[in-house]
Amino acid sequence: MNILVCLKQILDPEIPARDFRIDAAKRLAEQGSANLVTNIFCENALETALQFRERIGGAKITVLSYGQPSAEDSLRKALAMKADQAALVTNDGNNNPDSLTNARVLAAAIRKLGTFDLVMTGREAGDWGAGQTGALIAEELGLPCVSFVDTIESVNGKLRLKRQTDTGWEVLEAVPPVVVTITNDEHNVPRIPKVRDVMMSYRQPLTKWTLEDLGIDVSEARAGNTYYEVAELFIPQKETACEFVTGDTLDEKVEAFARRIVEVTGAM
Amino acid sequence: MNDVLICLFSSAGFDKAAQGLAGAGRRLADELGGQLRAVILGSEAESLALEIARVSDAVTVADQAELAEYQPETCLNALVELCGEALEARAVLLANDTYSQEIAPRLAYRLGGSAVGDGVEVSARGEHLRVSRQVYGGKAQAVIELKRRPAVVWLRARSFAPPAHRETPGAITRAALDIKPDERTRIVERKRETGGEARLEEARVIVSGGRGIGGPEPFETELKPLAELLGAQMAASRAACDAGWVPPTWQIGQTGKKVTPDLYLAIAITGASQHMAGISEAKTIAAINTDPDAPIFKHSRFGIVADYRQVVPLLREKLAALQK
Ligand SMILES: Cc1cc2nc3c(=O)[nH]c(=O)nc-3n(C[C@H](O)[C@H](O)[C@H](O)COP(=O)(O)OP(=O)(O)OC[C@H]3O[C@@H](n4cnc5c(N)ncnc54)[C@H](O)[C@@H]3O)c2cc1C
Ligand SMILES: Nc1ncnc2c1ncn2[C@@H]1O[C@H](COP(=O)(O)O)[C@@H](O)[C@H]1O
Repeated sequence: MNILVCLKQILDPEIPARDFRIDAAKRLAEQGSANLVTNIFCENALETALQFRERIGGAKITVLSYGQPSAEDSLRKALAMKADQAALVTNDGNNNPDSLTNARVLAAAIRKLGTFDLVMTGREAGDWGAGQTGALIAEELGLPCVSFVDTIESVNGKLRLKRQTDTGWEVLEAVPPVVVTITNDEHNVPRIPKVRDVMMSYRQPLTKWTLEDLGIDVSEARAGNTYYEVAELFIPQKETACEFVTGDTLDEKVEAFARRIVEVTGAM
Repeated sequence: MNDVLICLFSSAGFDKAAQGLAGAGRRLADELGGQLRAVILGSEAESLALEIARVSDAVTVADQAELAEYQPETCLNALVELCGEALEARAVLLANDTYSQEIAPRLAYRLGGSAVGDGVEVSARGEHLRVSRQVYGGKAQAVIELKRRPAVVWLRARSFAPPAHRETPGAITRAALDIKPDERTRIVERKRETGGEARLEEARVIVSGGRGIGGPEPFETELKPLAELLGAQMAASRAACDAGWVPPTWQIGQTGKKVTPDLYLAIAITGASQHMAGISEAKTIAAINTDPDAPIFKHSRFGIVADYRQVVPLLREKLAALQK
């Protein structure tokens, strides 16, 4: 079984709102003091792949990223988590390409890497949250796609995919090859690699390609804006003045709190 | 052509999402000077079709046996065929349910258009459509310009006002489709987590718990009785869902449900931007938290700084007394 996992490196999405700044002219966030991290849903995807490999007793896991040279760190971390091989396509163009550009570049790299039974992405990236790259990779590769998957099993040559829905969950049977997008659940919390494995990972080979290596329309990929473009980016101001209920004792405070609740719900 | 097409699944009926979607579609069609057309997929679509016909110019129902229940590839193929006939449509709008999100980008791809999701505003700007949405985990807002036609947009449908009825309802027709089921993927089991209960997205009062709740039991013993008193639905932060304390369907936020209650009571929830992204349309937010500097208070109309384990039992008493 050949598995490919797409990893995107992003600005740490958990930095507090008060430390978050944007460059409105560039229509991008400023890095400031924030770290670069692997998008959590990509790590959930890798974790799901690793557990699947353990269950079926062997599979080859390739990780792939399209990004700045720093994205190598995300790939190294994936190797430390025990992915088998890694490839980076360096982006020397638009640093926030539209989803179709992303998918075209990744699909071209996937074709160059070989054939895969399972292509995995995160459900969405924690920075721009487009939530389309996986689906568009499927279209580029002519494969079916299942979204919001959290568990993968193999049954009689078919894949059994459990996925989350608005109202509960579903199980799908899929004939590989298939693209799946992964969401988080209690079972695919990413493992922490051992320090020794992190160090070792820097000695492992890592394939590096430029856009030219992929045989795609390079100028369109660099522009990265024929599908959509960010026209504006701003930070909305929407703080509310919070009334902290008062009282001499907790009992009085809770009484005041209860009255406020009834005001709101009673007016319904 | 400047027509707008909305795509719905019959299973959810004419809920708040369908109403918001129709409202958004109606206003965009009016702005563009085009017609509003609707496509409904799934069985038992009659009552939804009647409702939608009252606010649109034309409704097409695709209720063939192969489409009775959603299957990703088969439904996508059918939608491509249905939207393809109306290829001149300027925009195709969908709601933000699981199925719509799953197929919208692929629909755009096959129609040669552009997609964007989680839209809270759609408008025309010259040749292009512009969509507002939250980005960076709710910390910023972006306006995205879609460069290809049609613009395929999945919307935060419940945030949009419903449309007014029209004098003459649109015609309802049944789609003539030649459907070949695509068996490469197949949903073989469906499980609803929330029995027959009302949906969280439709709730007017929500009692929500975070990591500070500390485990699954207090959700059952403390929060549930409180929710019952208030006639509220229960929800949670991602931290509480990830811990396995409550089902993932309870998650509110950027990657959870987007809700629009009159009151959202956040208990032991920090108020991370990704959580707030799910409640930006709540009328009133109130919070119980031990930390006076927790960001949740910056979004709350009123709050109490105290341990929920002391507050909640007392609060139940007080509410019960006030309700008498
Ligand atoms: C890409 C991405 C997507 C995400 N999507 C979502 C999402 O959809 N929804 C979501 O919720 N999160 C989401 N998150 C996670 C989010 O960033 C936060 O980590 C999460 O919301 C924190 O949950 P919490 O507030 O319950 O937990 P914590 O941050 O641990 O906060 C617990 C709070 O409880 C308070 N507390 C502790 N004990 C008590 C007590 N006894 N009484 C009263 N108060 C107490 C503490 O003061 C604290 O404020 C996402 C993150 C990423 C990176
Ligand atoms: N530049 C990228 N490199 C590798 N994978 C990516 C990239 N962009 C998006 N992806 C994958 O697509 C998923 C969804 O991203 P998005 O569609 O941008 O929200 C991510 O979780 C990744 O798995």
